[in-house]
This record gives sequence, C-alpha cells and structure tokens, in this order.
Amino acid sequence: MERRELLKLIALATGTAFIGGDLFLSGCKNAPALGGATFSENDIGFLDEVAETIIPKTTTPGAKDAAVGTFMTVMVNDCYDKKDQQTFHEGIKKLDDACQKANNTSFMKATPEQRTSLLTTLDKEAKEHAKSKGKDDPNHYFTMMKQLTLFGFFTSKPGATQVLRHEAVPGHYDGALPYKKGDRAWAE
Amino acid sequence: MPDSTKVNINNKADQQNTFDAIVVGSGISGGWAAKELCEKGLKVLMLERGRPLEHVKDYKSASKEKWEFPHRGSTTVVQKEKYPVLHRGWAASEPIMDYWTNEEDCPYTEKKPFTWWRSYQMGGRSILWGRQSYRWSDLDFEANAKEGIAIDWPIRYKDLAQWYDYVEKFAGISGSSEGLPQLPDGQFLPPMELNIVEKDVAARIKDKYKGSRHLIIGRVANLTQAIPGRTACQFRNRCWEGCPFGGYFSTQSSTLPAAMKTGNLTVRPFSIVTRIVYDKDARKATGVEVLDAETNQTYQYHSKIVFVCASSLNSTWVLFNSATDIWPGGLGSSSGELGHNVMDHHYNLGAFGMIEGFEDKYVYGRRANGFYIPRFANLFGDKRDYLRGFGYQGSASRQGWSREIAEMNIGAGLKDALTEPGPWTIGATGFGEILPYHDNKISLDKSKKDKWGLPVLEMDAELKDNELKMRKDIVAELKAMFEASGIKNVYPYETYYSIGQGIHEMGTARMGRDPKTSVLNDHNQVWDAKNVFVTDGACMTSAACQNPSLTYMALTARAADYAVEELKKNNI
Repeated sequence: MERRELLKLIALATGTAFIGGDLFLSGCKNAPALGGATFSENDIGFLDEVAETIIPKTTTPGAKDAAVGTFMTVMVNDCYDKKDQQTFHEGIKKLDDACQKANNTSFMKATPEQRTSLLTTLDKEAKEHAKSKGKDDPNHYFTMMKQLTLFGFFTSKPGATQVLRHEAVPGHYDGALPYKKGDRAWAE
Repeated sequence: MPDSTKVNINNKADQQNTFDAIVVGSGISGGWAAKELCEKGLKVLMLERGRPLEHVKDYKSASKEKWEFPHRGSTTVVQKEKYPVLHRGWAASEPIMDYWTNEEDCPYTEKKPFTWWRSYQMGGRSILWGRQSYRWSDLDFEANAKEGIAIDWPIRYKDLAQWYDYVEKFAGISGSSEGLPQLPDGQFLPPMELNIVEKDVAARIKDKYKGSRHLIIGRVANLTQAIPGRTACQFRNRCWEGCPFGGYFSTQSSTLPAAMKTGNLTVRPFSIVTRIVYDKDARKATGVEVLDAETNQTYQYHSKIVFVCASSLNSTWVLFNSATDIWPGGLGSSSGELGHNVMDHHYNLGAFGMIEGFEDKYVYGRRANGFYIPRFANLFGDKRDYLRGFGYQGSASRQGWSREIAEMNIGAGLKDALTEPGPWTIGATGFGEILPYHDNKISLDKSKKDKWGLPVLEMDAELKDNELKMRKDIVAELKAMFEASGIKNVYPYETYYSIGQGIHEMGTARMGRDPKTSVLNDHNQVWDAKNVFVTDGACMTSAACQNPSLTYMALTARAADYAVEELKKNNI
C-alpha cells in the first residue's frame, strides 16, 4: 500500500478537501448520480474559458490546450454526488450572472481583464465560504471549478509534460537532486 | 510465463483429480507453498477462487499514462456505491478497481466495524501489497509468555532465522543493516536512499535521542538490483497496477514462475474451496471440495497434504466449513480458539509538518518506499502505560501542484507558482500492535449468503484499552520527535480506522504448544488433521508491529520443508 499517497491526501485534506474525493468517508452516504442534467456544447465552451482564465496559455500551454472544459464535465457527471452536481450546474449560471452584474456583459463576451477580475473576486469569495461553511453546507461552485481546472490541467499530457516535468520510467532514485529556482516541478 | 489455463475438469477418473499436495490460495503464502512443494518434487494443485491474471500481459493499466484515464485516477459515484468498504480509505483508485473483490458478490457482516480489503484473483494481494518486509525478533516471539498474554508462541527467532534468510534471498528485499535487536538484519539487496531531508531528520533524531531511536530507509520487496528473471525497480511507484518489469515480489513475478518451471504445478482459477474433505478414521484430510465460481459445478480433488493459504480470515472460513460432522464448529475448533484472536495493525494516525530550507534540493524518481522508525516503546528500559509498541512509516517530499497557495488566486501568477515545487514537508503514520483477545472474533453468518449461496463471515472485533492508550502515544511521540528535529508547523492527525484496514489481518487459527488452546502446532499443522497446514496470517499467535508478510513467507517455506520430510517418513 502506498503510505506516501495517504500522506499526500491527508495534506491535501487540510486545505479544502477534494470535492468528490470523499477520502475518509465512512461508507457511501450519497445519493446516486444525477442523470438528467447534462452539459451542452455551450457549457463546455464556457467552462473552457473559465479554466483558461484560471490557467492561461503563457509561453507554455494553458487549460484550453488540455481540454479542461470537457474534463470538468466528465468529472462532474461521473464523480460528483447529486448535491455537488446541482451546485456545479447552478454555478455556471451564477458565474455568468455575476459577470453581467459586474461588467454588463456575459462571461463569454467579457474581456480577458474583466474575466480575470471577476474570477479573482469569486476565488476570494469561495475561500471565505470554505472557511465559514458548515460540514453539510454546499461547496462553493467556484471552488469546484478551480479544483477541477488545476487537477485536469496538471494531470493532462500538456500540463504534465510541457508545463511540469514527467518521466515515465525514471529508472533510479536521487534523493538530493540539485535544484535552482525556475526548474519545473515533477508532475507526480 | 505462468500458464493459468484450467486443468481438464471433465475427467471422471479420480486419479486425474489426485495430486500430492493441494494449495488453497495463490497469494504470498500460497505462492510460496506451491513453489516449495513443487521444487521438492510434489505434484501440486494450486486453487485460486478468482480469475487468472497473467504476469505483464494482464497488467492493463501499467503502461498507460495518467492522462489516459478518463478520471485521472479518481473513482466514480457508481464505483463508490459498488465498493463502499474500499472507499473507507485510500485503497480505491481508477486503474485497479477490477483487482479488488466485488463487494456485492462477496458481502460480509460487521457486528462491529471491520474494513476488509480483499483481492480475489491470481496472485491475491501479492499484487496489491505494501512490500514493506521486516523480520520479527524474540522480543516479539517471547512477549506473550513474558507478559502472560494469550498463549506462548511455539517457536522462537532461531526456528525462523534460516527461513527468513531463505525467503529474503529469493524474494529480493532491499534494506540497510542496522544492528537493531528489535528489527533483525537480513539478506538484503542494497538499500534504497533516504532523501536529503530524511537524512537530516534521521541525524537529528539520532542526536536528540542519543542513539535510542532510528529513522532508517524502509526494507522493501522491490529489487535494487536485477536478479535472474526479474528487472530492477524502475522507480515509477505504480506497483499496485502490477509491475511490467517484475520489479517487486509478487506471486506472478516470483514464486509462480519458479513453481511452473518444475513442471509439477497445476493451477485452477475460479475455484472456491468450500471445505476440506476429512476422513475421521484416518484423522486426516483426503482432499478438498471445490465450487467452480463460473459454472457452479462441484468437484473433489484428492491429495496427501493440504496447505491452506486463502488469506487469514478466508483460511478460517474454510476450516469453519470442514469436518462439521465431527466438530460442529469446524476443523480445528476442538480448541475453542478457531475464529478467535483476530488482529491487525492499527494506523492512520501520526503527524506531519514543514521543513525549512533545502530549497536547492529536489528528488529524481518516484521511490515506492519511505522511511521506517522501528519500535522504541516498552523496549530496553522504556516503560509505557500500555503493552507492546509501534513503528512509524512515512516520507519527506516537496509539495507539488496540488498544494494550497493561500495568497495566490488565479491566472499566470498561480500557474507559474504551481509550476515550481513547493516547500519540503514530512509526514508519517504509526503502525501499532493489537493484542490477541479471545473475544475479538469472526464466525459464520449463516443468515447471509454470497453470490454462490455460501455463508459469509461475521466480524466482531474492536480496539481495546491497550490499543487506545497506544494510539494517544503514537500521535504524541511523533509530534514531539518532529518538533525536537526542528520541523515546523507540526500537525498531529488521526483519521478513520477500523480493524482490518491495516490489511494485516492476523490470527483466528493460532499456533501454539497445546491442542487445547491452539488450532495449529509449531509447524502450522492443524492439531486435528496433521496433513493440513495453515501458513498464512491466520496462524499468528501475536501481531508484533512489523508488517507481517515476510514472516508468512518464512513460516510457509519452513512448513513446506517439514511437510515433505514428514511425508517421506510416512508420518502424515
């Protein structure tokens, strides 16, 4: 068994637990998959833009290069319980409404600056929500979108191999590899 | 390559169903039994209740990259519902879900919470094991007798030492020799390396505790050098998916090819052994009854000896169902101890913290191993308010992209920050000994049936006062040790654990010196059927705190050697 994995997960759990992870859940208490509500092509395009705002293309690939929008929908459909699925679906509309309110335009038509400013505000709001929410209160939809973006991006091929470093078969171990600021992290 | 094809099961002649030895189970213990008995010239039938799983070819996920998995390793809501027990902890992950036992087909009853993570397939849990491999010492073998707990082990370290040597050399255990009385050295391949932070913490612990505590590299059944037929560990850290390089010990990589090479082995998958067939006049087993898991047909196989290696609790399940016309409680129940004294190692608690500095160092490779802090409690003058002790297993690493960066929100700045490794962290979990309690037990629940209409096990075991006191100490000691080593922001933790979750189930058919108080004798023979040997974790008389599989290997090789000698002398 991989005790190291366990520890990593525990470390993660001290921040915001990975939604859908249910790492230390004692048995499955959650309702079955939602069914019914599905994502449209427009939803995927919308989620791609949200993801790209969180992890933009720079000199290296960004979230859209890693098809993070599609990945988010797969994870929400398959790995989220009903309550989280509902929060996520409603979140798409809430995010767009927030953009209308702040910028008088839909998120898809907003400028990159408007998008960044909006999602920065939402990120702060989501962090506050995570701190104050009760155990059974719903998660903030933006926490979900950000988690899925980071997870989907850094575990994707472009994310793992062009942004981070990945070695499929390392072949040996070096416990004191020289490191200088700017060297990329390992993908796992 | 191992041949997992079935024997011809349509033969009518008994002689075609007759072997010298039958081995029930193909995991770590069953694989060793098959290898040893085959190499000593016996015709052996190995029965596995699950599906075939061919080395390399059937490790379907092992060469895929993470991005090739639709959920990148996460399990789905449907899987969570189908495998609720597996999802109590960290064992569930997308690539290996079909390695685990189907919980709908194979239920069990929890009178008290009991987490049972099973793998019914060729190789059993030898594919999915943690590979940490430690010897026991006489401090462990003598503890029951010295403290008046349960019964005395019928063997001592000297009885097992040569067998530890023997199995270590074949299995390939890497580790460092440390000269610690509580953790005897062995026949090691070169040790894996502690990383620079772990080395620093090891030095601080040594200094702070004046050489009475040690942080060493884990002793692990991963090859640090190639051995015949197997490639060295490639540091991918994907052991659980099955290693295409044969880099760690499993039935498939190690004992099965050796057994097949003799030409003496027949393997029959999909074979649920429903009972050992017992001749009350001869006071011996004559073979086993098998239910074919695919066809529901029943078959009988005959042999001179039977090795029961079905995993601790399932070996006892087979005994419960055997010779019930003579002993209603099953074969081995005359002692009143069959099914009793369930043990495990309790864990999922410890501490983690941050390391300052070492920003100019990183690691290369994914080491499927960590550090080990051997037992120090209640040893060499140390005295606690509970009996026995615990070890710690953990590692230090630099945080990756999944870390929380509180001051960063979104955008290129966040991306850049997560593209670099974060600070070093360190963490560990304790592994504590559970005492053998007569009233920690399993029994047959005849009101509940599995997919094949067979009665299931009911688990009735819990941590008691000694373990609960130890758990407090495990957390407190690690927190103190980390803080004394200069580790910052030390965060103690304790998460969900119920018995079984250590995946170190032990006991229920213990060895002993007296048939009135034990199920097995000093050579793992059932007192009431001398040609039946139980050599997996069921035989354990106490649990120690070291990972137990290496001891099962040694006990199995020793029992197989004895069985063949006894056969030659016509004693069984």
